[in-house]
Amino acid sequence: MTDATATHGPDGLLLAADGTPLKTKLRESMRASRMRAFGLVLPLLLFVMASFIIPIMMLLWTGVYNATYAVNMPASAPLMQAWDGSSEPTEAMAEAMVADLIAARKAKTIGKVASRVNRELSGTRSLFTKTARRAAKMEAPFMATLVDRDKDWADVETWRAIKTAATSLTPAYYAAAVDAKYTATGDFEMQGEERQIHLKLFWKTIWVSGAVMFACLFLGYPVAYLLAHLPAKRANLLMILVLLPFWTSLLVRTTAWIAMLQSQGVLNDIFVWIGITGDDQRFSLIYNMTGTLIAMTHILLPFMILPIYSVMRAIPPSHVRAAKSLGATNSTAFWRVYFPATIPGIGAGGLLVFILSIGYYITPALVGGQDGQLISNFIAYHMQKSLNWSLAAALGGILLAIVLILYWLYDRIVGIDNMKLG
Amino acid sequence: MAETGTERPFVHFDGVQKSYDGETLVVKNLNLEIAPGEFVTMLGPSGSGKTTCLMMLAGFEAATHGEIFLKGQPINNVPPHKRNIGMVFQNYALFPHMTVAENLAFPLQVRKMRRRDVKEKVARALGMVQMDEFGNRKPAQLSGGQQQRVALARALVFEPELVLMDEPLGALDKQLREHMQYEIKHIHEQLGVTVVYVTHDQSEALTMSDRIAVFDDGVIQQLAPPSILYEQPDNAFVAQFIGENNRLPGKVTAIENGVARVALDQGGEVCALAINCGDVGGRTVLSIRPERVQVNSASLQNRLDGNVLELIYLGDHIRCRMQVAGRDDFIVKVPNSPEHAMLREGETCTVGWNTEDCRALDLAAHAM
Repeated sequence: MTDATATHGPDGLLLAADGTPLKTKLRESMRASRMRAFGLVLPLLLFVMASFIIPIMMLLWTGVYNATYAVNMPASAPLMQAWDGSSEPTEAMAEAMVADLIAARKAKTIGKVASRVNRELSGTRSLFTKTARRAAKMEAPFMATLVDRDKDWADVETWRAIKTAATSLTPAYYAAAVDAKYTATGDFEMQGEERQIHLKLFWKTIWVSGAVMFACLFLGYPVAYLLAHLPAKRANLLMILVLLPFWTSLLVRTTAWIAMLQSQGVLNDIFVWIGITGDDQRFSLIYNMTGTLIAMTHILLPFMILPIYSVMRAIPPSHVRAAKSLGATNSTAFWRVYFPATIPGIGAGGLLVFILSIGYYITPALVGGQDGQLISNFIAYHMQKSLNWSLAAALGGILLAIVLILYWLYDRIVGIDNMKLG
Repeated sequence: MAETGTERPFVHFDGVQKSYDGETLVVKNLNLEIAPGEFVTMLGPSGSGKTTCLMMLAGFEAATHGEIFLKGQPINNVPPHKRNIGMVFQNYALFPHMTVAENLAFPLQVRKMRRRDVKEKVARALGMVQMDEFGNRKPAQLSGGQQQRVALARALVFEPELVLMDEPLGALDKQLREHMQYEIKHIHEQLGVTVVYVTHDQSEALTMSDRIAVFDDGVIQQLAPPSILYEQPDNAFVAQFIGENNRLPGKVTAIENGVARVALDQGGEVCALAINCGDVGGRTVLSIRPERVQVNSASLQNRLDGNVLELIYLGDHIRCRMQVAGRDDFIVKVPNSPEHAMLREGETCTVGWNTEDCRALDLAAHAM
């Protein structure tokens, strides 16, 4: 009956009444609504592209591409890139180097170049600036003259550092971001234990994020349960209390924790007053890891409570009743029937809290002290203080990769479709 | 099956009251005895207290006053999971993260039954509801009727002696609902379990039950087998709630050998069985079933004039709305048979009935 008016084309496709394939016809009829939908999102799409996606792409690109040397030292850069990194540096390299040094000094870019090379081998900054000052008077043979000026030029390590700096597209920053060194010969070697900082920070960040996530889950789950099972009137009041932190400035909340937790603060005063600790042995609750954990848990708690709450609200009370009528005790009914039904909420809340805390910046910066700094504080340091944007970009890129991997894992294990945010 | 009193009641509500807010009683002084193996339905409009009674029996609500006995034992202080009562919920309440087989195994596992026995019992329960092939499906992959069967099997798999059903067929479409009614009835007959069934659908109650308790306003208005309930309602509420009913208000002028003479408000005097009409001079409502009214029949004791307002052809009978004794909602079901007179709209005729078919009942204000 359904085929009464439909006909099949030679390739078996269903044809519309006028003989065109039905799929083409359907696409045509849907075009107007598709265009309208596209038109509605277009302004936001352009805004996001211009202000978010393109800058992020560019920043990520600086994590693998730094052309400071290649742009400012155009003569020596190709020679250095062509050099194998192990044979004796040639006279041609030295000649090009002197020419570049003269030009760079004239263009006042020598400082940039010097600090770029200095990142590969410390001490080369002064070598470059000093040599550049006298380069104008140098004559052939240039290698001998260079070595005559400073015997560091005879050291092959210096030339290796230059080669590394001269390579614009380089995995060196990603290597540095995981505490490895990318050598001139193209190998990776791990830094010594005492010089490793980033890996430790990454682990610490992941550990702190995990701890905050579990603390939020532990504290938030019972609250969500209470909210979901109270009569609507009282639940609304409680909900306002949960949401209150959202309406307060992050900075205000964080500084409030300083007032609470510092050694002369409210909490320590209470501890001394009830005699838990002596006046001379106050707990150090802030400017260390403890402070970071407490403040971050507090700030991220609503992100855990809300998804769990919305999932709990959707669980029919008859499920637990059914379990009890079938003979389950309260705890069996909870663990075998109620809890599994809340897992999508726990997953959503956990993922949200974890991803937010893995990139958290302001709270650790304010209450973390030395000990409570996370990877994001280090990225900010490289962006603002050391101006090593490429390293900052590489660290940020790794952070992004971790988040994406987590997201992928979550999708594989729990399924994104199961996630409920409210 | 329906005889109570001959054996010890299986379930016994003794003066049970329930209030949620301390101001109004949802259940007022409930006394009910249910025999072993009996199928009792609690029927009533929403808010009549029937579901509350079921929840008290299941243990999810506590009685404010009075005691509930199960096999002679008071169960007010027994928690739900120790009552060993199977229950089918309105929306099935199947556990969505478990397969059908896991759902059925749940009550057996919490009873620490051996794995082999669990498997065997689950298979048997699935067979009973003809769902053998669906053991590995999740509830979301089943249709409403299939979920209903699984819920039924789950409530029976641990072999409870008492099964409660809270409007279990409410979410199904009409055809499936009727089919499931027979299926539940057959399972009840096979297993011999005691069933307490809650519904607001009277045809469901009439189809399945041994006895029906009609609830209204927190009180059982009448407790009787379906035929008695329909043919001999005790009061105006039951007469109105079960089946279709014509009501004629009037005043009792005499009572003689259980037969009351009633002067109708709009003129005319008829006889009716004096069931619940008070004394002479009291007001009453007469109740006559539409199929017991006869048209243009000279041999009847009670006759009134009627004016045909509307005719609806329904195949086996013709539904006729008439104006009788000043009321224009008087319904007569005229059988579609050769010996019956065909009526036309606007026609005037006489309607009549036997005194035994007319009952003089109370003046239930809220049923008017």
